[in-house]
Amino acid sequence: MSSNNMFTSSVGKKLVMAFTGIFLVLFLVVHAGLNACIWAMDGGVMFNRAGHFMGSNVVPRILEVGLFFFIFLHIIQGYMLTLQNRSKRAVGYAVNYTKGSKWYSRSMAILGTILLMFFVIHWKHFWIPSRITGVEEIKLPNGVEVHNLYAVMQETFQNIWVVVFYVVSCISLAYHLAHGFQSAFKTIGVHNKRYHAMISCIGYGFAIIIPLAFAMMPISFYLHWVK
Amino acid sequence: MAHNNLNLKLKVWRQKNANTTGAFVKYDVNDISDEMSFLEMLDVLNEKLIVTGEEPIAFDHDCREGICGMCSLYIDGKPHGPWQANTTCQLHMRAFKDGDTITIEPWRSNAFPIVKDLTVDRGAFDRIIQAGGYVSVNTGNAVDGNSLPINKDNADASFAAAMCIGCGACVAACKNSSAMLFLSAKVSHLALLPQGEPERKSRVLNMVAQMDKEGFGSCTNTGACEAACPKEISIANIARLNKEYLRAGITAE
Amino acid sequence: MLNAKIPAGKLEEKWVDYKGHCKLVNPANKRKMEVIVVGTGLAGASAAASLGELGYKVKAFCFQDSPRRAHSIAAQGGINAAKNYQNDGDSVFRLFYDTIKGGDYRAREGNVHRLAEVSSNIIDQCVAQGVPFAREYGGLLSNRSFGGTQVQRTFYAAGQTGQQLLIGAYQALERQVALGNVTMYARHEMLDVVKIDGKAKGIIARNLITGELEKHFGYAVLLCTGGYGNVFYLSTNAMGSNVTAAWKAHKQGAYFANPCFTQIHPTCIPVSGDHQSKLTLMSESLRNDGRIWVPKAKGDNRKSIDIPEEERDYYLERRYPAFGNLVPRDVASRAAKERCDAGYGVGTSKQAVYLDFAAAIERYGKTEVSKQGLSNVSHEEIIALGKEVVKEKYGNLFDMYAKITGENPYEVPMRIYPAVHYTMGGLWVDYELQTNVPGLYALGEANFSDHGANRLGASALMQGLADGYFVVPYTLGNNLADEIYNAPIPTSHPAFEAAEKAVADRIKTLKNINGKQSVESFHKRLGKIIWDKCGMARNAEGLKQAIAEVQALKKEFWSDVRIPGEINEFNPELDKANRVADFIELGELMCVDALAREESCGGHFREEYQTPDGEALRDDENFMYVAAWETTGEHEWTLHKEELKYEVIKPSQRNYK
Repeated sequence: MSSNNMFTSSVGKKLVMAFTGIFLVLFLVVHAGLNACIWAMDGGVMFNRAGHFMGSNVVPRILEVGLFFFIFLHIIQGYMLTLQNRSKRAVGYAVNYTKGSKWYSRSMAILGTILLMFFVIHWKHFWIPSRITGVEEIKLPNGVEVHNLYAVMQETFQNIWVVVFYVVSCISLAYHLAHGFQSAFKTIGVHNKRYHAMISCIGYGFAIIIPLAFAMMPISFYLHWVK
Repeated sequence: MAHNNLNLKLKVWRQKNANTTGAFVKYDVNDISDEMSFLEMLDVLNEKLIVTGEEPIAFDHDCREGICGMCSLYIDGKPHGPWQANTTCQLHMRAFKDGDTITIEPWRSNAFPIVKDLTVDRGAFDRIIQAGGYVSVNTGNAVDGNSLPINKDNADASFAAAMCIGCGACVAACKNSSAMLFLSAKVSHLALLPQGEPERKSRVLNMVAQMDKEGFGSCTNTGACEAACPKEISIANIARLNKEYLRAGITAE
Repeated sequence: MLNAKIPAGKLEEKWVDYKGHCKLVNPANKRKMEVIVVGTGLAGASAAASLGELGYKVKAFCFQDSPRRAHSIAAQGGINAAKNYQNDGDSVFRLFYDTIKGGDYRAREGNVHRLAEVSSNIIDQCVAQGVPFAREYGGLLSNRSFGGTQVQRTFYAAGQTGQQLLIGAYQALERQVALGNVTMYARHEMLDVVKIDGKAKGIIARNLITGELEKHFGYAVLLCTGGYGNVFYLSTNAMGSNVTAAWKAHKQGAYFANPCFTQIHPTCIPVSGDHQSKLTLMSESLRNDGRIWVPKAKGDNRKSIDIPEEERDYYLERRYPAFGNLVPRDVASRAAKERCDAGYGVGTSKQAVYLDFAAAIERYGKTEVSKQGLSNVSHEEIIALGKEVVKEKYGNLFDMYAKITGENPYEVPMRIYPAVHYTMGGLWVDYELQTNVPGLYALGEANFSDHGANRLGASALMQGLADGYFVVPYTLGNNLADEIYNAPIPTSHPAFEAAEKAVADRIKTLKNINGKQSVESFHKRLGKIIWDKCGMARNAEGLKQAIAEVQALKKEFWSDVRIPGEINEFNPELDKANRVADFIELGELMCVDALAREESCGGHFREEYQTPDGEALRDDENFMYVAAWETTGEHEWTLHKEELKYEVIKPSQRNYK
């Protein structure tokens, strides 16, 4: 075996899942950080400014291309692996083995599918208006004209079904992360007991805090905690 | 010790050979002492089947003391049955209650084709070992056993991985039919010892390639393998294998 | 008199001399020579791997689904080697001496000395293969004690030494398979040796998946098929362990030596009922720390922990103060039987004695206290610490005991009883491990050569690997050097055809009996006869009865056995029938041999021949020989003797007091 197919073997494919997964985890941190600006209680000024920076600066724009690439790679690879893995057991069991593993560890593809549906709707809500179809402009205190994404959020999250869907998606994300976070580190070879304990701690923390933060956003708008 | 007798219903997978389809067949077994081992219970049933002119149930077994790795039943939804860190041959009927229905299936994986009834062909494991699960040292060249001290922690960890009995419960337990726990046990056993060092990179790359060729799935770190392993081989070995793989892949020429 | 072809010269120079002068086969010729290895345990796997490394074209056969399943894997305790790493006075000579003495002076000096010489190489070889032996904190190899010795020379890997050594040999074998030097035939059973012009030239093997018979040619046939302990039905052997390959060789003219020398291991989990299919060994290493006792009072029905210290009889320590609980296996087994027969046995069956770790747990606990510098430690804490140490040492054995019996051995003493474990007898071989049939070799437990009338613990692994790694690669070459002039024989040769037909006919006959009784039921009955009358103690009367009973059983078997299924398919019952048929014939020979050997030695205890205090009474004047039996007809054997000459050691009564 040469280094050429390093990423195409069964272990290699998992490495791709792990690396893209870790990248997406980092993206979530940035995304959650930026969106947290809605709680600045300044009528969305800080949030819109941050949004403007992300949309206009060249670095985030380049990262965005990478982000899309990695998201698609993660999705496509994930589906392919799931299908391949399913095909390895032509005749299934009458009684499935469920005690040895967590349900969400076995359900990454389903959780991922919910997240994929979420992304489509989420892009339609925010990314497509912002980048393609256009968003109402607002002038920041410093005079710069920016997309008023804050207003879009406010409007979008008045629909209870949208809020419910976002919250369900965040729960899916939580479970997806609960397995994915530590699994990614195992896949890239962290076997040391001490580090592993640390990573599972951080992983569970991450899987709770980040989705919770995201879920609080539609809820905050819906309940008018932020105006 | 006081002991009880049990009456049980069995649902057993019967399949004539690899080319036919199989089905579950129900049997009643009565007056089973709870001091019997699970396989002895099947012996009793087989004896009855033989005498009444039916074909006995074919299942693999040999040492019946949990070390040869030959026994392989998937009992009530778990490889090797309900006890932890246990092989089927060491499972005793104390684990069951009077009136229980027990479902017995073979290991299910495309890489382990069924030979007959509950017997499967695990030759894929041998071929994975052939791909590199050894130290290339010919007989007669060895230096003194104590010429190379080995850190006790590494020696112990290596031994813990080397305890694998190659039964295939990890594959049977895994939703992906992955052989990664088996593979990683061998890679770890040898990677942790200085004797395994020279072939460390080629070993992991070649063994993974062979595993893929055999038709096992990939690992998604669910931990089912570790939970079902009769020798409690740690899933940390899989992470170690991944590290070895990454290292070997990156530094390969 | 048989000639064992032991090289002349001083004992310690024989093997060196042999190796220096034996004939060689050049590498180009080795590539053309096929060699058949039957069995892939320690002896078979190591031989197949080593011969493959040398360049021979090896065909290896095993009846299991993989060579890694061979029953060598179940050996628990360890492997001896005269390394003297502990600086406690060990040496090649002492290992040689202990083995000869342990075997009650019924083994060959030449073979045993060679075994002791190569013992060190085995450890080195295994370490180089990556066998994870137990190590000390300094990173060096650890040792422990075993029965019948006063030095620590046993190397081990927790309670799984056999597994680790076998996996090492298995990996070496698989490497040769990958390199194309060895072709592996798993799930194949050898059902006959093919002889052409008096020489072994191949085998007939049955593919156990399809039931088809196959003919295989080889310039030599190596039988590494283990022992015949399963003749007793209940033994610590694997369910599949059988005598068939060796017995077929015997039927083709190979002599069977000392069949009555069987080893009953003192520490096994007692039988729990009629359903019992096999027995489980508790490693001899447990006798390092466990103390064996029975109540002082007959029929004491109190629980073990309720019997106070002064009412316990530590009978091994009482009878054998010098070796105590570490007397050889035959001595320990007989002592247990003696106590149980006298009415002091424990447990529901009264066929068990206690193996108690309470003292060891306390001792280790105290050591831990001082090691960890603790003070003001309660008794409970000491015990808890001690249990941890015992757990690390013997955890897997304790767990196994708990699973099987449902009792917790950390809290109550284990109940143990002797069980059949190993067979010292086997195919007669000369110094080169060749049987009296040229081209036919026997290695490991399948031969008779190194353990005399009793094997010491941790010596079986040593012998298997010595034969395979270090002996047969030389001795085979010495004999094959002359064979290069002979072309390979095609398997269409009439001898192959005839052998194949004979095997097919026999299988058909068996299948067509279509009687009423299962194979298993016959095996059980055979086992009971042999255990009762040719077990731990034998007498002329019982043996004569046993011979008659086995003969009758054979007749019944061949007229009333029922084998379900078809011949040409995967049919484990048919496989078993083939094996049990051979066990029945062997069982008779064992009794014949036991009857003829009118003395007691090692594992062979004739009640008529014992010292006043119940020890084995040898008769060196009349029985200082190997009894090698030639089959001459139905129920007929001719005895050939190989005189045992002790040039270095002076035989005396074994004394472990």
